[in-house]
Amino acid sequence: MSLRTLPLLMINMGGEMLYILDQRLRAQNETDDKIQKGWSDADRKRVMNDIVGVMFSKAFLEELMQPQDTYSHQALRYLLTRLAHTSIMRLNSTSIDRLYDLMTMAFKYQIALCPRPRDILLVSFNHMDGVRELVKDNPRLVNLINEAQRLIIEMFTPLSDGEFQLIRQTLLTFFQDTHIRVSVFLKENLQNADGSFVMPTSGTVPHGSEVPGLIRYFNTRGRVVRRREFVTGGSYTRPVRDASFDVSGDRVTRLGINMYGESSHTPEDTHTSRSSTHTCKREQVSDEPNPLAKVELNLLAKLMGQMEVWDSVGADGGMGVNLFPSDQEEEDTRFSVEDEVFCVVNIQAVKVDTELTRIAAEFTDQDAAERPGDKGEDLLAMMDEL
Amino acid sequence: MYHREKSIQLKSSASALYNNLSVLRLAPRSLTHFAVVHANVVNLVSASWDGLNYSHRQLQSKEGNVATSSSLIMQAAWCVLPSRDLLVVTSQKGIQMYESDGSIMVYWHALDTPETPTAKAIFARGIAAVRDKYICVGVSSGAVLVFDVPSKGSNITLSEVLEEHTEAVTDMASECSGSAEYIADLVSADDSGLLCVWKSGGDFQLLNKIPGFDMSCSSVKLWKGTVIAAYGTGQIRLYEGVTGILHAEVNAHARWIYSLDIAPFTGLLLSAAEDSFVRVWHLNPAPENNSVEIEHLYNECVTDTQICGAKFCDGDGYAFAVTGYDLSEIIRYTQA
Repeated sequence: MSLRTLPLLMINMGGEMLYILDQRLRAQNETDDKIQKGWSDADRKRVMNDIVGVMFSKAFLEELMQPQDTYSHQALRYLLTRLAHTSIMRLNSTSIDRLYDLMTMAFKYQIALCPRPRDILLVSFNHMDGVRELVKDNPRLVNLINEAQRLIIEMFTPLSDGEFQLIRQTLLTFFQDTHIRVSVFLKENLQNADGSFVMPTSGTVPHGSEVPGLIRYFNTRGRVVRRREFVTGGSYTRPVRDASFDVSGDRVTRLGINMYGESSHTPEDTHTSRSSTHTCKREQVSDEPNPLAKVELNLLAKLMGQMEVWDSVGADGGMGVNLFPSDQEEEDTRFSVEDEVFCVVNIQAVKVDTELTRIAAEFTDQDAAERPGDKGEDLLAMMDEL
Repeated sequence: MYHREKSIQLKSSASALYNNLSVLRLAPRSLTHFAVVHANVVNLVSASWDGLNYSHRQLQSKEGNVATSSSLIMQAAWCVLPSRDLLVVTSQKGIQMYESDGSIMVYWHALDTPETPTAKAIFARGIAAVRDKYICVGVSSGAVLVFDVPSKGSNITLSEVLEEHTEAVTDMASECSGSAEYIADLVSADDSGLLCVWKSGGDFQLLNKIPGFDMSCSSVKLWKGTVIAAYGTGQIRLYEGVTGILHAEVNAHARWIYSLDIAPFTGLLLSAAEDSFVRVWHLNPAPENNSVEIEHLYNECVTDTQICGAKFCDGDGYAFAVTGYDLSEIIRYTQA
């Protein structure tokens, strides 16, 4: 469908990743746990700066902006992991998994709930504004984000509402059948126990729309001759103002702002839970690595640089971090809506690895069988080793 | 007025696409067929009228080069011609026509795709059967393809390309009253909201162009000469097809409307939107002042569901069915 989804996926999911990393690394700094010591404020800032520097670099963004199909989940996860690892930080596979789940559900929620398709742009701007806030001490990076934002504005603002709807529908297809439960959503009553989102039937209608409930009849000369109201079953109001689609300004929507911000960096916010049936389902969706995407991946990886670092993860002096330590997970259960569900998860945290290994094995087989000698294989193989 | 019935399970969930539900009622065999698109698969379910038997089939879009990413399907709909019923599936790669049970592909039309991808997406969307032998399909370039379908066999030919739209076609509908007294046979809609009203024949004739207002018309119907159009603003408009005179404007939904349907015998109108509401309306021709009245009859909130398809299951509007994004079931409602 739409060939313009990739920059939006990268900026919004990357934005969520930065929010989470910032919050987790702050939490690491605050714990007295000496085992995880070494994550000072300076380290955290360095990690943020390194990632933002790559994510918003012009060459990287321009490559993403080439018209192309949406990546598979596998490829996107790889790319985002590479992005995280452009810093001194090293994530273990459980952390990467959880991180990807959180990014996925956060952005899926934002796309599903944004009132009109064009608001995806506002969600993206909220992410860019949020990330700019995280690195506001570094003028070079602030500049980089501003430039990136101008690129996005240039590319997307001329699109029609129909094209935005196509982008939205393409993204919704990308996230289809992903129903991971996120504790922050469950706690705020934004998500149901089955992983679906709560759809409000009240609030403001999108800018440019009318509040439902009125029929107007016209005569042949175009004059309104009669009005009749009807009961709608919802309760909507007109929007107060339209949002700013510029580099700065009021975005009106709160979708895409940093929900892990200062006031709430408690560990339970990043808790996810998933059923085993879900894992299978989602991997099915992403089971066709697009050969085209593999070539693109190599290119993007090169743009990110540091290819050699990848080969020696753990031995390159990078700092390991477990974003979601298990002792905190157990504490989290007191916040959960359904305790038994979250117990399952804690077991799953171990099982996820085997599941991944199984899937990874399938992938390697398939690739080796179907496309021997394909260059892109190297990267996919690396992905499997995550 | 309506109450919820037992749902029909799907093999995979519905994608967020306009008009993502098609219903075909086969009276001689007491069967109702349902078609719902999931990414690159069409879910087909046939249900017996007693609700006891269901059979499932999945159609893959396997056209084109299998090595590249499989193409996503945009729409699947049955086309009912006097001589035969065909299932038409449109995707990013082209148009497939199957026998109505999905068993045999009888025709395949590939869309022109450039060597290097351009920013403009390419796909076919909007399907309608017109009069005795035409099937019309819209394309993202704005073209409307007219296929001439023989009463049997696979000798289907592209007989005409109608080029009046400049934006991607969103939906298409033929006159559904079954009466021959109305001049207009077909209406096509696009992403700018432009509506084109056509008369079919050896050469399709453009009767009228009803301008849009830069807002997509996502679903359109044609009943007794009246064009019923639904928009991204949540509004429904009623136009006289031939003259373009606006009869009524309804602030119907709080979000983008995804589907409209008409029960041709009773004039009941169904509208469904992302706002999780399905509404039933009644259209009443008022010949004394050359107009059509619309009145609101019924609301149904399908909780926490972004509705993407809604169709009546019969010509009277006695029952209707609904699909929603990410939902692996068809929800049914019947009159109490």
